[in-house]
Parts: sequence; C-alpha cells; structure tokens
Amino acid sequence: MSGYVADVVALARKDLRLELRARDTLPAMLLFVLSALAVFHFALPVGAGDDAAYGLLWVALVFTALLGLARAWAPERAGGVLDGLVLAPCDRSAIWLGKTIATLGFLVAAEIVALPAFALLFAPLDATAVAGVVLANVGICAVGSLLAAMAASSRARELILPLLFLPLSIPLVVGGVGSSISPEGGKYLAFLGLYDAVFAILSWASFEYVVTE
Amino acid sequence: MAAAIAMIFLVAPEDADQGISQKIFYFHVPIALTAYAGFGLGALKALLLLWKGGERYDLESYTAIHQGTIFGALTLLTGAIWAKASWGVWWTWSSNQLVLFLVLFLFYCAYFMLRFSIEPGARRERISAVYALFGVALIPVSFFAIRLANDFIHPTVFTREGPQMTDTMFAAFCVAWAAILALAYLMYRVELAGKRVDANLRELREVLSQ
Amino acid sequence: MSAGEKYVAAAYGVVFVFVLVWVAIVAAKLARLERETAELAKLAREQHTDG
Repeated sequence: MSGYVADVVALARKDLRLELRARDTLPAMLLFVLSALAVFHFALPVGAGDDAAYGLLWVALVFTALLGLARAWAPERAGGVLDGLVLAPCDRSAIWLGKTIATLGFLVAAEIVALPAFALLFAPLDATAVAGVVLANVGICAVGSLLAAMAASSRARELILPLLFLPLSIPLVVGGVGSSISPEGGKYLAFLGLYDAVFAILSWASFEYVVTE
Repeated sequence: MAAAIAMIFLVAPEDADQGISQKIFYFHVPIALTAYAGFGLGALKALLLLWKGGERYDLESYTAIHQGTIFGALTLLTGAIWAKASWGVWWTWSSNQLVLFLVLFLFYCAYFMLRFSIEPGARRERISAVYALFGVALIPVSFFAIRLANDFIHPTVFTREGPQMTDTMFAAFCVAWAAILALAYLMYRVELAGKRVDANLRELREVLSQ
Repeated sequence: MSAGEKYVAAAYGVVFVFVLVWVAIVAAKLARLERETAELAKLAREQHTDG
C-alpha cells in the first residue's frame, strides 16, 4: 500500500516539476481565466445582478479546467512515455491518481488567483461557494484526467475532449452554482460530494482499461 | 419487424378516444423508457466486455447504444411536440425528462465521435466500453442534478399533470411500450446481424485474396 | 382537425419518418451486402475452377 502511495506521489511530483521547468500550462490557464472574467464584465448587462455573475464564474472555471486537461497528457504523448509507464511495475490506477493530483494542483493554483479576482471585480464569495469550488475541482480533475487519456488516444485529440467532458460537467455546474447562490448550499455540497465519489471510483477502476494496449 | 410496426398501428387507434394531446404520451414515454433500455443494455454489454473480453460484446454494446441514441432523439422530438401541444412552447427547461434527454443525447453523440476517431482494435473496444459505463452512471446523477437545478433556475414551474391513468389507458400504455420495446429489439438484432455480416464478409475477402 | 390533433399527428409522423429512414438505411446496407456477397461468390468460384 505504501508502495502505491509512493508511486502516486512520484508521478504527481514528476508532472508538477515538469510544469515548473517548462511553464506552458499554468500561465496559460491563469491568463485565460482572467481574460474570461474581463470578457464577462462586458457580457453582463448593467444590473444583471450577482446571480448571473456566479453562473459565469462557473463557465470560466469549467473552461479553464478544460484548457489544463487538454494538455494533461501532452508530456507523455510527446515523449511516448505513456506506453512505458503502463508497462512499469506499478498499479495503473496510480498513473491516473498521480495525473489527477497534478491537474488538481494546476487548477487550484489558477483558482487561487481567479477567485479573489472574481470577489474583487464581481461579487463576494462565501465559505459555501468556496467549498463548492473545491469539491467540484475534485470531480473535474478525476473525470477529466480519465477523459483526457481517452481523447489522447483518438485522432481528434484536443477537439474531442470538450465534447466528452461538457455533458459530464453539467451536474458539477449545477452543484457549483447551487452552492454559490442557494440559501441552502449544503444540499448542493452534498450532491457535489456524491458526484465526486461516484465518478472518482468509476474512473479509478476503469483507467486501466483505457491505457493498456 | 413488420409485426412490431403492425402492432403499433393496431395499438394506436386503441387509445384514440382519450384526451387529444395526451395521446402523445403513449408514444413518448415508451420511447423514452426504451432509450434507457438501449443505454442500459449497451452498458451491460460494455461491462461484459471489460470483464470477459470478446469482440462480440463491443459490437453489441455499440449497436445497443446506437438504438438508445435513435430513441433518445425521438424522445426529444416527440417531447418537444408534446410540450408545444400542452404548454404552447417547443421547449421547456422545467421538464426534467426533456432536459435529461438533451444531456444524454449530447453525451452519447460524443460517444460516437470518440468511437469514430480511434483506430479499430482492442483499445477502442475498451475505451468505448468505459465511456458507456460512464453513461449509465451519468443518468441518475444528471437526473438528480436537474431536479436540484430546477430549484434555483425555475422557482415556479409549469405544474405537469401526472397522468392519472385509468385501467384501459394503462393497458394501452403497456401494449405501446411492449410494441416499442419489441421494435427496438428487432432493430437492434437487424443492425447487429448487418454488422456481423459485414465483419464476416471482410474476413471472407481476406481469406479469398490470399 | 384541431390544433391538438395536429400535434398528435406530427408526433406520430416524426416517429414514423424516423423508422422509415432507418428502414431505408438498412435496405441500402442490405443492397451493398448483396453486391459484396455476389462479388465474393464470383471470386470464390474462379479460384475454385483455377485450383
């Protein structure tokens, strides 16, 4: 078991270190989410109210995550490393978990900038809303890193990932927007937790089938 | 297949004397349930593929999902017409079933996109199977999500009269459902047979050209 | 025909058209399979007489 954890940590750390060296995903995500917020200011009519702004925040978050996920398996693909990793003597689901943690790291880093910016420019975020973002992040990265691996083995690659991901992200957006604007946000947080549990287990169990030849 | 179509047309007049726009119900709901059956069968076969392996499950899963998607599209169309007939609008976001089918339709269209952009082989079979399994997990989760979303998107909804069915209406509904299920199953068998013949022919061609 | 009846007819018509299109696609496919089998049968017969 400790071997499993060590594998996951090593894989996640490899991704984070690669990113620190190359710096090609995180700056793009940051710039994207800030630009999106700037665009939303002009997309919202005057007096549209805070509720509409929360909805747009979730659109921005989902698309920022997509931007990161589209690049998630790029290093492996470029070096042809994935086939080697699959043959390596570690549990294949560890590869998925490592990738999920790494993309989660990128997404959280982007949100550490984006959420205060949103609170400053548009509307305040309370603790329930932030908890909603955290829970949705887990679901986005768990499902997203699996779907990105699927998309990476198709011809269309970047083109197909949003098609696969957006229908699956609808429940997350519902939960996230609900936790931001509903007075009874706890219900939505519980729903997000349920989504995370269901899809994380499913992704964890099925990743092996996606990457083996 | 001819039998099933004949059955549907024999069944249709049976409920002709009940309320006007209600009659769509006899078609719409069985089609929706049949679409679920298609998705469910597709996921079941996908599970069998991952569990036991074997090309035949891939083909069966794909065909079942294909039927599910056809009936899903029909659900959307008949649902839109029903919405127009009873509420005066072509689309209403407050009808949970319709929104769910929109989500599922998008999801399964992506399934076909994914499938057609991967080279045929064991890997495609497994990726399609995993995606099909995600589909059945998405059905209840989305349903729940859409119920929750209605709380904040539509504080007041059209109250949809639950069909209070009399015995004869219920009987007609069951017959219609059986007919549509039979139709879908026959369509599934026909398509499956066609795909198998295709595969056999390809093999035959290879053998002959040696 | 009342508006309600029109919508009912439209709904049933849509289903009918879908099934019709499906049958047409299957018919086209069947025709293609027929052509292919004929071609393969010819090929097989030629090889048989050659061999």
